[in-house]
Amino acid sequence: MKLTVNGTEHEVDVEDDMPLLWVLRDELNIKGVKYGCGVSQCGACTVHIDGEAVRSCQTAAADVWGAVTTIEGLGSPDAMHAVQTAWLEHQVAQCGYCQAGQMMQAAALVAENPAPTDDEIDTAMSGNLCRCGTYPRIRAAVKTAAAKLQEA
Amino acid sequence: MSRIGKIARRTFLVTSAAIVGGVAFGYYAYKRPVANPLLDDLSEGEAALTPYVKIDAHGITLITPRADSGQGAYSVQAALIAEELDVELDQVTVDPGLPDPAYYNTALSAEAAPFRSTDDSFAANSTRGVMDAMMKFMGMQITGGSTTVPDSFEKLRLAGAVARETLKAAAAQQTGAQVADLKTANGAVELPGGGMIPYTELAATAATLDPVNDVTLRDPSTWRLIGKPMERVDIVAKSTGTQDYGIDFEIDGMVHATVLTNPRRYGEVIRFDDSAARAMRGVLDVVPVTGGVAVIADNTWRAIQAAGAIDVEWGPAPYPPKMDGHWQALSDSFNDDQLDSQFRDDGDVSATLDAAAEVIEAEYRAPYLAHQPLEPINATVLVQDNRVDVWTGTQIPRFVQTNVAKITGKDTDQVHVHVLMMGGSFGHRLEDRVVRQAAEIAMTRPGTPVKLTYSREEDFAQNDTRQIAMARGRGTVRDGKVEAYDLGIAMPSVIASQMGRQGFPTPGPDLQIVAGAWEQPFDIPHYRVSGYRAPELGPISSWRSVGASTNGFFHDVFLDELIDAAGADPMEERLRLMWHDPSRKTLEAVAEMSNWGSPLAPNTGRGVAFCMSFGVPTAQVIEVSSTDAGIMIDKVWCAAEVGQVIDPIMFENMVQGGIVWALGHAMNSEITYSDGMVEQRNYYDAPGMRLYQSPQIEVRGLENGRDVRGMGEPMVPPAAAALSNAIFAATGTRVREMPMAKVVDFA
Repeated sequence: MKLTVNGTEHEVDVEDDMPLLWVLRDELNIKGVKYGCGVSQCGACTVHIDGEAVRSCQTAAADVWGAVTTIEGLGSPDAMHAVQTAWLEHQVAQCGYCQAGQMMQAAALVAENPAPTDDEIDTAMSGNLCRCGTYPRIRAAVKTAAAKLQEA
Repeated sequence: MSRIGKIARRTFLVTSAAIVGGVAFGYYAYKRPVANPLLDDLSEGEAALTPYVKIDAHGITLITPRADSGQGAYSVQAALIAEELDVELDQVTVDPGLPDPAYYNTALSAEAAPFRSTDDSFAANSTRGVMDAMMKFMGMQITGGSTTVPDSFEKLRLAGAVARETLKAAAAQQTGAQVADLKTANGAVELPGGGMIPYTELAATAATLDPVNDVTLRDPSTWRLIGKPMERVDIVAKSTGTQDYGIDFEIDGMVHATVLTNPRRYGEVIRFDDSAARAMRGVLDVVPVTGGVAVIADNTWRAIQAAGAIDVEWGPAPYPPKMDGHWQALSDSFNDDQLDSQFRDDGDVSATLDAAAEVIEAEYRAPYLAHQPLEPINATVLVQDNRVDVWTGTQIPRFVQTNVAKITGKDTDQVHVHVLMMGGSFGHRLEDRVVRQAAEIAMTRPGTPVKLTYSREEDFAQNDTRQIAMARGRGTVRDGKVEAYDLGIAMPSVIASQMGRQGFPTPGPDLQIVAGAWEQPFDIPHYRVSGYRAPELGPISSWRSVGASTNGFFHDVFLDELIDAAGADPMEERLRLMWHDPSRKTLEAVAEMSNWGSPLAPNTGRGVAFCMSFGVPTAQVIEVSSTDAGIMIDKVWCAAEVGQVIDPIMFENMVQGGIVWALGHAMNSEITYSDGMVEQRNYYDAPGMRLYQSPQIEVRGLENGRDVRGMGEPMVPPAAAALSNAIFAATGTRVREMPMAKVVDFA
């Protein structure tokens, strides 16, 4: 089957029910997307499909309905997305393992809602677990990212 | 400087050695134990260099042997070297290095000796010295016990200073200038005329010189890096999804494996049928491993799917199959035969209790808990004829090296352990079963790298948990004051369980049974803390703050109950009882930060708690409100005495995160056994805290103490106690067990 990931089309030979997460990680060697729970409980595997934040661990390869963007496609160290810049400014990460998923979730939020309230941030981001407990910084960084996008 | 610093300075001399194209600065390591560990350990011919700084024509590398499980340990260690070396962090490479006995952890042994960290008597210091020597024999390169900062604070700065002065001597030799006229900055020596020579161009000359060991560490007032916000060395990678962790490791020809291990922990495999699994797509082999079965496949998901298709008959668990058996074992442990320690026994507790008209009694419980960092545990092993390579995130590289050598039949120095970035640990990666299993699997495919990844379900099922514990308090009050305090704590020995899996006996009392309780700096007239050693039950290990994670809750909530019975103010009575000045200042700080005593809205309450653990006095105030949806944790204030905050941003982030960690688990998480198997399968069974529940958390690091202390754990023990005390203040309900959701609802 064909998959478009970060603007590149790939042909992959996998089972229809292989989760997108494992197609990306083990077949395409795209490692920014993380395995955390496998059951949509932690959000570490969050990617965008046509701009919508989805859990790639619960998205079967055959069901991918559009272009996939991973954290690598959102921005890079040389050309960061506003969310990544905000994450850097606030030094959000501790272990950092959940943060790619957090940033993908946040990027979808601020794209849809340019000025999220505290409650809207809580609602949008509470599906993403951070075992290190960086939540106070995640909240602040989402606001900074939204403000940056407003200015731009 | 601290006693730890003195030990470090006496037993370590910074030295240097030539390496290919450059120079390495470090300390001598001991090749074999000497007869008397307290004698001077440095002797000719027994030493090998273990570097902290390496410089060659290609660049400057700082070696940071303490692992980074997410709290910035690599950055802190690099900053300590860089402060004295006069390099900027963006000019250097940071490398955790290979395991070596010279990186043994001095500060961990200070926590293993039975003396309060407030105790500087001769007996205390000399016993710490013996423990230090024992630790050295065991070659413990361990990251744990919040010891990275205390262990490194002087050692790494000295390494940087000696390297700097030796590079200046090299510059003097190359140019004919006087050393006194030379300065250093930005990784270069500055000549009197204004020219600069990069360190990389001086390395070869420096390697030919005797290292300049007569150095003075810089005065704190001149520090460029320490105490100031820095950009973490890994923060760009971790803000862009480009940081690789152990689970992301890739090498040509690698295959993927997963295991199915007996869910009755450490029980046997009776038989298994792998015919269905072998027929599945991508499966390369199914092989037995100790305690279970492994699937090797061409893709992680295929391996996990196939593991689920193996039919296994498991042997029984070597512990009670259900929780009532575990709790009964704890309950039965409060007797003289199982008394493990009674290091605190002030006044006459028994007589005071016997004479009292009313004795206040309470029982407390704390459950098994899983670590479950978000990166599932994993290891990659490649077995070849004359060497074995291991790539994994671990806190115990030396144990890994030894154990893999045994499994693969190689010499220890043929095993190369490459420590990779960890996606969290909280103590989980102080165990190495995943590496041992990976080595067993890799032995079946010599020449092929095998990456073993646990599924989240397997990780939950096989997590060597936090200890289960129970405490019983009896006490009296008189004239509005706490008069007698008697706390018994029963738990199995974490250290015996954990070190037992490494083959080490652990004689004597286990201080962790009473850690966070017996050494609290309160001056209660009749004050006793007894540790009771329960038999070994489920396998247990070090969970962030270890014994204090349960005992900080028990000790402070019982104190709060007595203060309430006395009719005293929780803050004022704790302050009145506190004899240790740096500890008192933490309470005063949170009282001020929280505006303690100011009026509160209806259905809200404040609780205070204090716990000294790992030598760090830590006070917290929590404010909760009781809503229709349940208890909401609104605000937390925390003050801790750490001697020196190395980086205020990392400090704040780490303390806030540790409080989120402690409160989340206190609210809603436990591990339970049924039929000998862990009942919790994934995060839906033990979620911890989610973002919407996260309170505002204000943090203050105090710098009144003499010793520099690590803050990776001490924020954990008081948090659950402060929460319980706040819930009592808001609702009148006293929560004496965790998870607290068994007693109250949370919003």
